[in-house]
Amino acid sequence: MEIAPKEEILLPVRPGFIALSLFSAFLLDLLPLGSFIEWIRPDFVAMLLLYWCIHQPLRVGIGTAWAFGILVDVADGTLFGEHALAYSLMAFIALVLRRRVSMLSLDHQFTHVTLILLIMQAVVVLTGFVAKDIFVGWAYFLGSLTAGLLWPGLTYLLKLPQRPKPDPDRI
Amino acid sequence: MEHELFSRGPSPAVRLTFFILLSLLLLVSDVHYSYLKTLRAGIATAIYPLQRIAMLPVELLGAIGDYTRTQSSLIKENAFLQKQNLEDRAALLRYRAIQQENDHLRQLFGARARVNTPSVMAEILYDERDPFSRKIIVDKGLQAHVAEGSAVIDNAGVIGQVLQAYPFSSEISLITDKDHPTPVQVLRNGLRAIVFGFGSSNLLDLKYMSLNTDIRPGDLLVTSGLDGTFPAGLPVATVLAVDRNPVYAFSRITCKPVAGVNRYRQVLILAPGSPPPPIPVANPEPPPARGKK
Repeated sequence: MEIAPKEEILLPVRPGFIALSLFSAFLLDLLPLGSFIEWIRPDFVAMLLLYWCIHQPLRVGIGTAWAFGILVDVADGTLFGEHALAYSLMAFIALVLRRRVSMLSLDHQFTHVTLILLIMQAVVVLTGFVAKDIFVGWAYFLGSLTAGLLWPGLTYLLKLPQRPKPDPDRI
Repeated sequence: MEHELFSRGPSPAVRLTFFILLSLLLLVSDVHYSYLKTLRAGIATAIYPLQRIAMLPVELLGAIGDYTRTQSSLIKENAFLQKQNLEDRAALLRYRAIQQENDHLRQLFGARARVNTPSVMAEILYDERDPFSRKIIVDKGLQAHVAEGSAVIDNAGVIGQVLQAYPFSSEISLITDKDHPTPVQVLRNGLRAIVFGFGSSNLLDLKYMSLNTDIRPGDLLVTSGLDGTFPAGLPVATVLAVDRNPVYAFSRITCKPVAGVNRYRQVLILAPGSPPPPIPVANPEPPPARGKK
């Protein structure tokens, strides 16, 4: 299996940036869209939580994931704890697999990220099925595929502020 | 491996177990009890500004659309509205005459006059992203005296009822929500029944009607007002198909709601009327099936 060509040396992440990115993702999730885009819309909060669990496991972990799950539950009107349960499980999987995933090249990360998000969605669907006896249909899972496709772009974007500025005194 | 210097608290597995247990606790209490309503309302109020911010692009698009309307479309719309206005005015006159006559008759019968229920106009903020439940959020809440259980209608008929009122917004469950019961009456012959939401599709299910029941496709169902939530006489649905298959104990009747949640942004929230007198104890009847929430 191919691994990332070379490890970059990055600046430390500012905690404010992590919080800002998570709240922007929450805002994106609240954005009302048409019914078509609604089906393929990735769960941005889950993506961001996954990213930070993999790259900053000391700052973002199961507790943060759980708290954002509660926020999503209230905003979406789902059962209290439904997304919280799914997100905390997702964060745990990310913490276990994080060394493996961060070593992979971006196109191999696609499969891992998509699978982890699918497991997260499966937990949500299963909770809904057990508690309310409703199955939503398979199209619900399309969001995870979109999330996987967007993952390289997200990684590039979130690493931008950590790239060291080129030294002007260098020859 | 674990060293005191690098201690990071409990291991991920322990944390996961703790948070899973906490989630399950919340889930169970949400499904069966309503202890956490205030907590939920608090969080909802805290994220309300974020929801408004998320609405801004849509409102901006609407404003741009309004600004760039052509004159011809405005003239056409104006003509249509004037025609509609005339027709409505005629209907309103007839309605007033009938209402006066009705009031008079009621006084004669010594019945109490039907209270004109106050109402609040609200705007749909957004459909909920959750595909499990068919709910919408509107921009009026406790601050505008919206009470839980109030009926919500649009210009065509019943949409649903207020499930939970937050300070600045409220959550509305639709009549098409799974197992949401609405007591109705067939307008043509006064037959009483209960329609339930299907959940997955935008259709309703008229349950527990015997095979020889007198219902035809095209019949209009209106609220019967028996539950004390919906005022009587509001249009709910039209019957789409009646399937009288003798294999089943009841006929399978599918109905289509007349109100369109997807079409308009404004809804009317009716204040709940006075609750009906309690069911007599001598004839104990189970309360109408609420179903699982």
